[in-house]
Amino acid sequence: MDVSKLVMIIISAVFVNNFILSRFLGLCPFIGVSKETKPAFSMGVAVTFVMTSASVITWIVYRYILQPNNITYLRTVSFILVIAVFVQLVEMVVRKTNPALFRALGIYLPLITTNCAVMGVALLNNEMFFEAGHPLAGSFILSLVQGLAAGAGFTLAILLMSGIRERFELMDMPEAMKGLPVTFITASLMSLAFLGFAGFKL
Amino acid sequence: MDILIPILTLSALGLIFGLGLAYASKIFYIKIDPKVDKLLGVLPGANCGVCGFAGCQALAEALAEGRAFAEACVPGGETVHGKVAGILGVKAKPRIKTIATLICAGGRRAKDIYEYKGPKDCVVANAYHGGPKACSFGCTGFGSCVAVCPFGAMKMDDNMLPVVDSKLCTACGKCITICPKNILELRPVKNHIWVACNSTDKGGVVTKVCGHGCIGCAKCVSACKFDAIHVVDNLAKIDYDKCTNCRQCALVCPTKAIKTDYK
Repeated sequence: MDVSKLVMIIISAVFVNNFILSRFLGLCPFIGVSKETKPAFSMGVAVTFVMTSASVITWIVYRYILQPNNITYLRTVSFILVIAVFVQLVEMVVRKTNPALFRALGIYLPLITTNCAVMGVALLNNEMFFEAGHPLAGSFILSLVQGLAAGAGFTLAILLMSGIRERFELMDMPEAMKGLPVTFITASLMSLAFLGFAGFKL
Repeated sequence: MDILIPILTLSALGLIFGLGLAYASKIFYIKIDPKVDKLLGVLPGANCGVCGFAGCQALAEALAEGRAFAEACVPGGETVHGKVAGILGVKAKPRIKTIATLICAGGRRAKDIYEYKGPKDCVVANAYHGGPKACSFGCTGFGSCVAVCPFGAMKMDDNMLPVVDSKLCTACGKCITICPKNILELRPVKNHIWVACNSTDKGGVVTKVCGHGCIGCAKCVSACKFDAIHVVDNLAKIDYDKCTNCRQCALVCPTKAIKTDYK
């Protein structure tokens, strides 16, 4: 394993294959919590934490529990279990430390459980860093980095979106376009813009 | 026997994670008002948002902190109000049943100041110099309230004025919100008399533009034996708490601007 591979994974997860704008995963909070920058950033951090820890724990669960027992077909169930536990943990911590943020995130905080971006990164790690049932060299670190980078990409996308939507609030917008319609159009334009990264030679 | 391995593995995983979460919940325990849980059990749990809070949880918290009244849950009705009041240690007020009422009698009989050919919608019409009616207070008559009523309780009569079906009206307030002239109000159903005019113009102006509105002559004021009607800004107003439905004011009104729902 060399550093260039890590850099490649980071750039790929943040820009080229951005989980929201290229893979279209986790759109629910992307639309739901992107009205203001502050809650959007907090959401990004929460998702990043869940993604990173889920990547680590799912790797351990897969490598040392599922594979030795020959029950890799339980991958989806056990990964969901891991993700749900971490979301619960995040919910408790946020509720204890920042009740205002807890209220601002509202239903979208427990909904991270069903955020397919989290499940997506866990499954993707599995597909990418295990070959024919054997982990690649340094696949643990690679999984961790990919989780972190995917979270960073999520945070980047939701931050950009919330910045744009904050400006929309001050604009003279046609009544029919206010709110969700213009948000969807913006999301698609952003997605097109991110498509430009696909030209990168990595 | 093969089936046992996945069952045991998953159960063990669940057990470990469950214990971990149980331990974490001890660390991150926050004190919450025990009333909140009790209130949450009493509230309908439909999270409809009629109370103005994000859901039943939010309302329960607001109730416990004293930010909401015991009668805040409208769909719950009096049973829920009573239970909520019991938990909070207060007495629930019986909800006064109200009905949407139009306080204008002009309609077709009120004069127009210009010919309006735009979309038949009160809100649109009002964007053009307050609509075509000469009376700037009166009903525009395109029935935006009828269109918005979710219960089908309103319809336009021959005089281009909305009428409310007292059986169907739930006093949800949607018509009141949409009316650009603010001439719909909630009247307690026990009160059968209301002033069907919202014009604070002087009597002469009202006669000229409509002829069916309140001219501020104060005949009703002297006719009322209960001090329940007063003229403020050239407009008679009934105090619904004092009114006894005796109809003396309606009988003396020279323009018949005081209406009753007696048949």
